[in-house]
Amino acid sequence: MNATFLFVVIVLLAAMGYWLGRARALAVAGGKGRVLHSLPSQHGALVALWAAVPAVIALLAWTLLVPEGQRAVNPWLRVALVVATAGAGLWLALQRVRARQRARNHVEAVIRLLLLLASAVAILTTVGIVLSLLFESLRFFALVPPHEFLLGLDWAPQTAIRADQIGQSGSFGAVPVFVGTLLIAFIAMAVATPVGLMAAIWMAEYAGERVRATVKPVLEILAGVPTVVYGFFAALTVASIVRRAGESIGLEVASESALAAGLVMGIMILPFVASISDDVIRAVPVSLRHGSMALGATHSETVRRVIVPAALPGIVGGVLLGVSRAIGETMIVVMAAGLSANLTANPFAAVTTVTVQIVGLLTGDQEFDSAKTLSAFALGLVLFFVTLALNVLALQIVRRYREAYD
Amino acid sequence: MRTMSVADRTRSGVIAEFPDAAAGTAAKPAAFETRELSVFYGKKQALKGINLDIDKGEVTALIGPSGCGKSTYIRCLNRMNDPIPGCRIEGKVLLDGMDVYAADIDPVELRARVGMVFQKPNPFPKSVWENVAYGPRIHGLAATRAELNDIVERSLQRAALFDEVKDRLQEPGTSLSGGQQQRLCIARALAVDPDVILMDEPCSALDPIATAKIEELIDELSGNYTIVIVTHSMQQAARVSDMTAFFHLGDLVETGPTDTIFTTPRDERTEGYITGRFG
Repeated sequence: MNATFLFVVIVLLAAMGYWLGRARALAVAGGKGRVLHSLPSQHGALVALWAAVPAVIALLAWTLLVPEGQRAVNPWLRVALVVATAGAGLWLALQRVRARQRARNHVEAVIRLLLLLASAVAILTTVGIVLSLLFESLRFFALVPPHEFLLGLDWAPQTAIRADQIGQSGSFGAVPVFVGTLLIAFIAMAVATPVGLMAAIWMAEYAGERVRATVKPVLEILAGVPTVVYGFFAALTVASIVRRAGESIGLEVASESALAAGLVMGIMILPFVASISDDVIRAVPVSLRHGSMALGATHSETVRRVIVPAALPGIVGGVLLGVSRAIGETMIVVMAAGLSANLTANPFAAVTTVTVQIVGLLTGDQEFDSAKTLSAFALGLVLFFVTLALNVLALQIVRRYREAYD
Repeated sequence: MRTMSVADRTRSGVIAEFPDAAAGTAAKPAAFETRELSVFYGKKQALKGINLDIDKGEVTALIGPSGCGKSTYIRCLNRMNDPIPGCRIEGKVLLDGMDVYAADIDPVELRARVGMVFQKPNPFPKSVWENVAYGPRIHGLAATRAELNDIVERSLQRAALFDEVKDRLQEPGTSLSGGQQQRLCIARALAVDPDVILMDEPCSALDPIATAKIEELIDELSGNYTIVIVTHSMQQAARVSDMTAFFHLGDLVETGPTDTIFTTPRDERTEGYITGRFG
């Protein structure tokens, strides 16, 4: 008699409760619907809830409270408990069906609670993730002082696994990792911002309605290409092109360069920036266009001096959301940016990013109390706060912009 | 020019008599002449062969029930109908004898000569100063910052707004009150130094006090500028205009000096509209 079967039993009892409750409500009303405060179906739903909810709670309580060993003693005890709870709830609720009973209000209260729980799941999960990051990071900072992590210039997280092994003690200066992240994000945004903005201006202002109706969905599909696909495109195609191009003009280019990863990441973010900017530009009231036109401004003057400035807060918001994607992006940089933590601003050198290091630190067999493993949580925590701050800033800017025109 | 102030005329009632207003109109040269002007939106004909002269330096009011074509007409005068998809225009619009729809006319230059004020105040989301400086800048009317400052100040003064905003020139134009925003839009149009100002129901989004100020301003501007105003308010047409044209279902029913139209309309449709029998 497993839990699945018990759930089926509960559902059947609830369904029975619904029909009985509804029938009883109709009987109370004597065929005159107006006598009832709530609809017969709402009375039915209330009885069904009374049958199902206590029974589910009883089932959960049994599973949580009764120790493993005693469960097998009498499996029928659980069935009896659940069926009795459901039956009792059903019978009691059925007795309480009255003409003036506020069944609708009760049912709606339960539904509201359900909606609240659903949204709480998302928020609580986030809180849980942050807390786990925080506690693991605290353990890491007990081994490595925070100032060494945040200000140190050397990143070499290898530590000896056994005490008698000859190995590095590990060096946890995160600056090179963050510099690498920022360098790649900067290259990506240097591609995505101007191209995305110009694409958006073209789509919103110059493209015909039919062209736009095709181009925009295509652009949004581009945003849905899995990043791993972009990743091998970056590693195999763009990296070698960058390398050959660099060498042809006498530059030394690493086979895994920040430039290759940044360029491809820029292409990845491009549709995102273009799509948001397009929406924002089209949201600029048509009255402003007419006002500018009536003063004898040309279309391009209107775009440059009225529409883009008016849309600028929204565009900045879109770009900041793009930046937080660039910083959090993993797959492209894992495949194309390399692992060596060079502290450099040279886009032709191999650099590493926070996300790449987290992947490296947590892939394979690990002991979960070494500084090496724990440093991944510290990196993740800092990354989380950086992207959180960027998102908050971006949403703030977008919201302020919205207020200006509503 | 008439001598009564707006306030006087407001008190004297809707259908006031201005014998002096009618006297000089016959000899006035026309700013705009429209000949057999028809406008189509797709298959729907919005204007049916309009012949109308707009006198120079006068205030001409276009009245008529909603959908009668008066807004369509005013938008033909500065070619603001151009960007509307499916809009087709037949006939001629002449500005000082020049065909507005001729192939060699750049609508951009035309609009610098024919300013427009819209139904809802639409200041740009820039400072008050920047709003007024916008037009002179794109047309290169000022060589130096000082000249531009002069133009801005003069335009705001002519729009009777300068005293109210002289300490807040750097504040956003959108922070002004509705009536101030509309006067800012008028100042913005004046800054380009146009010959004609088109006003498409400029007071319909304003309260009575702001409306009175705009009407007073229209009165002050007439003479120096040719003004064409679309209005739903017959009282407003009676108060501010020298000439009135009554549109109905795409036809120009009747046109003439405002006091004649309001006291002795020739067409029964005009009479029906101004006495409120339909609208």
